[in-house]
Amino acid sequence: MFYREAGQFKTSYKQYMQAFPIREDRIGIAIWLAIALFYVPFFGLPGLEYTFAMNAIMIPVVIFTITAIGLNILVGFTGQISLGTGAFMGVGAYACYKLTTYFPDVNIIIIILASGFVSAAVGAMFGLPSLRIKGFYLVVATLAAQFFLEWCFIRVEWLYNYNPSGAIEVPQREVFGLIVTGAAAEPATRYLMVLGFLILLTIIAGNLVRGRVGRGWMMIRDMDIAAELIGVRPLRTKLSAFAVSSYYCGVSGALMVFVWLGAAEVESFDVNHSFLYLFMVIFGGLGSITGSYMGAAFIWTFPILMKEMGKRLFDIDPIIMENVSLVAIGALIVFILIKEPHGLARLWQLVKQKLRIWPFAH
Amino acid sequence: MSGIFYDVLADPFLQMWQMPDFFIQVLWEGFVSGILYALIALGFVLIFKASGIFNFAQGIMVVFSGLTLVGLHALGVPAFVALIITLGVMYVLAYLVERLVLRNLVNQPDIILFMATIGLTNILIGGGQWIFGGETKSMITAELMIPTGSSVWEPGGGIVIFQHIDIAAALIAAMLIVGLALFFSKTKVGRALRAVADDHQASLSVGISLNQIWVITWFAAGIVALVAGIMWGARSDVSFSLQIIALKALPVLVLGGFTSVPGAIVGGLIIGIGEKLFEIYWGPLFGSGVEGWFAYVIALVFLLFRPQGLFGEKIIERV
Repeated sequence: MFYREAGQFKTSYKQYMQAFPIREDRIGIAIWLAIALFYVPFFGLPGLEYTFAMNAIMIPVVIFTITAIGLNILVGFTGQISLGTGAFMGVGAYACYKLTTYFPDVNIIIIILASGFVSAAVGAMFGLPSLRIKGFYLVVATLAAQFFLEWCFIRVEWLYNYNPSGAIEVPQREVFGLIVTGAAAEPATRYLMVLGFLILLTIIAGNLVRGRVGRGWMMIRDMDIAAELIGVRPLRTKLSAFAVSSYYCGVSGALMVFVWLGAAEVESFDVNHSFLYLFMVIFGGLGSITGSYMGAAFIWTFPILMKEMGKRLFDIDPIIMENVSLVAIGALIVFILIKEPHGLARLWQLVKQKLRIWPFAH
Repeated sequence: MSGIFYDVLADPFLQMWQMPDFFIQVLWEGFVSGILYALIALGFVLIFKASGIFNFAQGIMVVFSGLTLVGLHALGVPAFVALIITLGVMYVLAYLVERLVLRNLVNQPDIILFMATIGLTNILIGGGQWIFGGETKSMITAELMIPTGSSVWEPGGGIVIFQHIDIAAALIAAMLIVGLALFFSKTKVGRALRAVADDHQASLSVGISLNQIWVITWFAAGIVALVAGIMWGARSDVSFSLQIIALKALPVLVLGGFTSVPGAIVGGLIIGIGEKLFEIYWGPLFGSGVEGWFAYVIALVFLLFRPQGLFGEKIIERV
C-alpha cells in the first residue's frame, strides 16, 4: 500500500499480538466494514438493480464466505481434503429446521448457532477415518459422508416433517421485531443478519487460527509426525478441525436455507456444491481467511457477472455464457495453480508488497 | 420368527434360495455395472501409476468422449469415422493436458495436481455443454454394430434375461483389458510405461521421455474412457449425470488399490455385484436408494482395516 509501518512502535506484548498491528490496516478494515454495514444495505451495488444485487450477489456471497472459511480451516489449515461440505451444510439446515419445529419460540439466531453444533458432531464423526488415512483416501471417506447424508435427507422423512414435497419450508421468524426469515423479510434485514454472523465467525476463526489451536492444525498439515513428536495430539487436533469446520458449514447451511433460499430440497446440498466450495477455497488461497472472502466472492459473482455482461454487451444466450464461465473458471484454476498455488490471497499480498516499496523495484 | 435379526441375517438369503433365477439376474446386473466401474477405475489407475496424479477428470472424460462420438455422428459423420475422430480428439486432449497443465506443474505437491484435474473437469464440463449442449443424448448403438436384443435362459423353470448389450460390454471390456495387458508387457512403449511407474528418475536417466509417456498414458486413459462412455451410453444415456456415477470409481480404487490393474477390475466387480445385491435384498429395510452410498461405506470400512486395498503395493502413510 502507499503506507509504511515506520514509526508505529509497540510498547507491550498485547499491542504486538493484536490482529491488525498496523494503523492503516485498521483504518482500511474500518472503511470496508462501514461500506458493508452502511452503504450496501441501503444502496446495493453500483450499476446493478437493488434487489438483484442483494438477493443474487451480496447475501449468497456473505453466506458462502462462512462456508469457505469453514472449509479452509479443514483443507487449508489442517490439510485434510473434504468433498462433503455440501452435506455438512445440509445437516446444519435440517437441524435448524427441526429445532424451529420443536422450539418455535426460541430466537432464530440462537437456533442457527445451535444447529451448527449438530453439524459439528456429524462432521467429527465422519472425520474419524482421517485418523488412519489421509490424502486421496480421505476424499473417499468424505464422499461417503456426502452421499450417505444426501440419502438421509431424502429417505428420513422425519427430517422434513413428512412434507409430501420432500422440501423444507422456512417459517417466518422475527428478531427484535424485524422479520428475518421467510418471504416477507426485507433484503436489507436479511443481509445484515448474515453479515452479523459472518463478522462474528470471522473474528472467532481469525483468533482460532493464530492461537494455540490453529498452530496445532497447521503443524498437522505441514508434518504430522513431527507435530505428534512435539506434543500435538493428532486425534484431538484433526477432530477439532473437522468439528470447527463442520460448525461453520452447518451455520452457513442453516443461513442459506433460512435467510437466503427460504425453502430447500436435497439438490441444494449435492456434491456439485461441495466442488463449488472447494473451488472457492483453492481460488481464494489455501490457509487464508482473507482468501476465503476473495474466493467466495469471485467464484460466486464471476459467472453471474459474465452472464450479465454477455446479455448486456453482446446479447449472448445466458446458457452459453454459463458454460463459458465454467470453462473460464476451470482454466483460471489451472492457471492460478501454475502461477500462484496460494491463490488470490497471495496475489493480494504480493501487490501490497510491491506497492509498499513503490516506485522502487527493491 | 421375525425381528431385526431375521430381516437382516436370514430373510435375504431365504429369498435368494427361493428364487434362484432372480438371484442370478441380480448377480448378472451387478456384474455388468461392476465391469463399467472397473473400466472407469482402470483409467484412474493408468494415470496414477504413470504420473502419480489422481485424475479427477476421468469421469468427465468418459462423458466427454461419449458426447464427442454422438455429437459427430449427429453432424452426419459415419459412425466408425466418428469413432476414429473421437480417438483423435482424445489424443489431442491428452497432448494439451500434458503441454499446458502437467508440464507446468512438475514437482508440485500431489494435492495441487489433484486440484488442477478438478479445474480440468470444469473445463470439460463447460466445454462439453457449450459444444454439444447439456441435454441427454442416446448412444448410436445400432450404428456401431453393438447388438441390442436379449437372450432368455431358463434354468429349471426360472427366467434369466441377458441383454446382448451387456454381453457385448463384458466382452469388449475383457478384450480391452487383455489388450492393455499385452501392450504393457510386450511392447517397448509399454515397458517404458512400467519403468516410469516404478521410478521417474531412473527412467529419465535411461532416456525415457517423461513428457511423451504422459501423453501416452493420458491417451490410453482416454481410450478406456471412450470405451466406458460407449458401453455406459448404450446401457442408459449419454448425460452429464454420469460424471457423478463415475465417482464410484473411487471406492473401487480403495478396494483394489490405487496402483493395481487387476485390483481395479476385481474391485469394480465386488462393488458392482455387492451394491446390486445389497440394494435388492437389504435395500427395502432401509427404504431403497442405498445404491448411492453403499459403495462408499464399504470403501470406508475397508479403509479402516486394509488401507492399501486388496492388491495395493504401497502401504499408505498413516499417522
